[in-house]
Amino acid sequence: MVLQQHQKADLELTAMRPITRPGEYYWVIVAGLSVLVFAAAVAYLQQLKEGLGVTGLNQRVSWGFYIGDMVFFIGISYGGAMTSAILRLTNAPWRAPLSRIAETMAVTSVLVGAVFPLIDMGRPERMVYLFRYGQVGSPVLWDVIAVNTYLIAGAIFLYLPLIPDIAVCRDRLGPNTGKLRYLLYERLALGWRGTDRQKRVLAWGTTVVAIVIIPLAVAVHSVLAFLFGVTSRPGWDSTIFAPYFVLGAMFSGVATVIIAVAGFRWAYHLEEYITRKHFEYLGYIMMTLGAGYGYFMFSEYMTEGYKLHEGARDMMELMIVGRLAPFMWLFGIGGLVVPILLVALPITRNIFGITTAALAVLAAMWLKRFLIVVPGLAEPMMPTPLVIYWPSRVEIMITLGAVAAIPLLMMLFFRLFPIISIFEIEEVAEEDAKRTAEALHQAVP
Amino acid sequence: MALSRREVLQALGAAALFLVTGEAGRALMRRGGRGGTTASATDSADGHETTERQWAAVIDLRRCDGCRYCTEACQSTHYLPKEMEWIKVYEVEAENGNQFFMPRLCMQCENPPCLKVCPVAATYKNSEGVILVNQDRCIGCRLCMAACPYEARYFNFRKPPQPPDGFQQPMPEFPVPQRLGTVGKCVLCVHYIKEGRLPACVEACRMDAIYIADLNTRVMTNRSGETYEMSRYLRENDAFRLKEEMNTSPRVWYVAGHGQRLKGERWS
Repeated sequence: MVLQQHQKADLELTAMRPITRPGEYYWVIVAGLSVLVFAAAVAYLQQLKEGLGVTGLNQRVSWGFYIGDMVFFIGISYGGAMTSAILRLTNAPWRAPLSRIAETMAVTSVLVGAVFPLIDMGRPERMVYLFRYGQVGSPVLWDVIAVNTYLIAGAIFLYLPLIPDIAVCRDRLGPNTGKLRYLLYERLALGWRGTDRQKRVLAWGTTVVAIVIIPLAVAVHSVLAFLFGVTSRPGWDSTIFAPYFVLGAMFSGVATVIIAVAGFRWAYHLEEYITRKHFEYLGYIMMTLGAGYGYFMFSEYMTEGYKLHEGARDMMELMIVGRLAPFMWLFGIGGLVVPILLVALPITRNIFGITTAALAVLAAMWLKRFLIVVPGLAEPMMPTPLVIYWPSRVEIMITLGAVAAIPLLMMLFFRLFPIISIFEIEEVAEEDAKRTAEALHQAVP
Repeated sequence: MALSRREVLQALGAAALFLVTGEAGRALMRRGGRGGTTASATDSADGHETTERQWAAVIDLRRCDGCRYCTEACQSTHYLPKEMEWIKVYEVEAENGNQFFMPRLCMQCENPPCLKVCPVAATYKNSEGVILVNQDRCIGCRLCMAACPYEARYFNFRKPPQPPDGFQQPMPEFPVPQRLGTVGKCVLCVHYIKEGRLPACVEACRMDAIYIADLNTRVMTNRSGETYEMSRYLRENDAFRLKEEMNTSPRVWYVAGHGQRLKGERWS
């Protein structure tokens, strides 16, 4: 069915409510998140002044929270982008009210994730050397190229379906909304009038970016995995790492989409558009990816554990019965088994249950990134004892700041742009109407 | 013929792609880098032997008693904090239960994993086969530390100790003082051996266990001036290198003597 006039007005009102009337708690939450981000900035200034000695890192475990955070945040971004892109390409109509949130999450989290290599660098002021003296043989450079390309593609992927919605903002809010803001809408809307030609061009462009972003996302997380895979350290020296990382990224990313959708649905009263059905579908995707991730883990441990080569043996011991075993089991049970059950069992398959599962997955996937980065370095390759790393206050504060930065950036973004894709919902409704008409036509010639 | 902007952009894109993939391919195929044993001494234009050396080291584990004078000497020479042991003495238990000591300096690999992964070419191999770090270039990403299978690289997490006046011009061959936020490692004291002096660790080894060697002339010598023909010495004493299977081709040879496994890749 085509949207009725009052439905359309309703949709526009809901989608633009965060812009016009964000609610009484909006500024309280923004202030709270800003304090965390500010605290992280202060902590970073201290690190900048005194060097990386303010972290818990040491000569052996020379990568820790920061590199884990980088992999984690860039990872959840792919989940957002790929969910949106795959659902768009497969013409899943239910994606329409979710895609804006997913795409915004994708862009903000990759922005946050891309800051971590800089934070981790001993000499961040030499960042430009990566371009001046860049060595194509180094995985670090692959990451720089891939992440930047992906960031640009992600921004375009967010922007294209946004154009008609910006035009709606321009037309509905009018010049009264403030000179600067109106100018912004006017410029960014690129003269959108909703003509057939414009719609055709936009549909074509969005499809191309959706196609491009999938292999791009795979590539980015693969080269992130190569950062570890190219070394000969036990635990890192693995051929399965690239697909392992890609799957983990999608798994944690879908979980993040669920959490973001649940959060904004509640805060901005989107219940009419985002229903239990959406959570169920996303939950099924998350469950499938989780099962796939568990399968990858099993294959890795099965083949390594059967042979028990020297280096791998120590690593397995450390992870399965040794000092890091509690964390590993916590991941396996809390991050894979329990969430899968929460989605699979009809009794917990509701919005609360699925969101709880997603929160568990997200926390567990962060832990898993940590369990990939740290043990690989902690396990010695020379005859010395195991070295344990524990993060310092600075590292924890910067990590918390990054966690806060993502909802903060999203909230600020939705102050300017509609939180639900008005255009996409209309588009899906139109397609639906066309299909019904055709079916009717065939049934009644 | 009038080219459209589109065509020009397409051509530029194709050219860029070609360059990038070509360079990437070459970088991946490259094993090792500059230098290497093949740079023979008779390469010079006039046919006379050049003074160019290819430095290496031999460590006689039968002699090492774990006094760690070498570590101390290295640290005071290069003004290093205690945690940075460019030459580190491991206490190891052999398979037959014997305790022995094993000093580890930078292996100066022919095929160094640390060099391959450096994103800005701050790590390089000099013409004498010594792996050096340009600390004016290093961005401190620490991937080389993870890549080194001998754990021979150290990061300046804190402000490094400052030497008294006179050493304010650090260079890769003599990186004193160290730079905060960059990676440092054993430089085999190339600044000393150029002047005809022994590396600090060799000079400090009261047990005469560490030899400095030149692969071109195949001569090795220690603090007391015990000098051997290197290849013969290595053969007769069953010398081995660490982690041969990794194909790093280290330039440091060990002579075992405490019942340890040859090529001892890992220890309990």
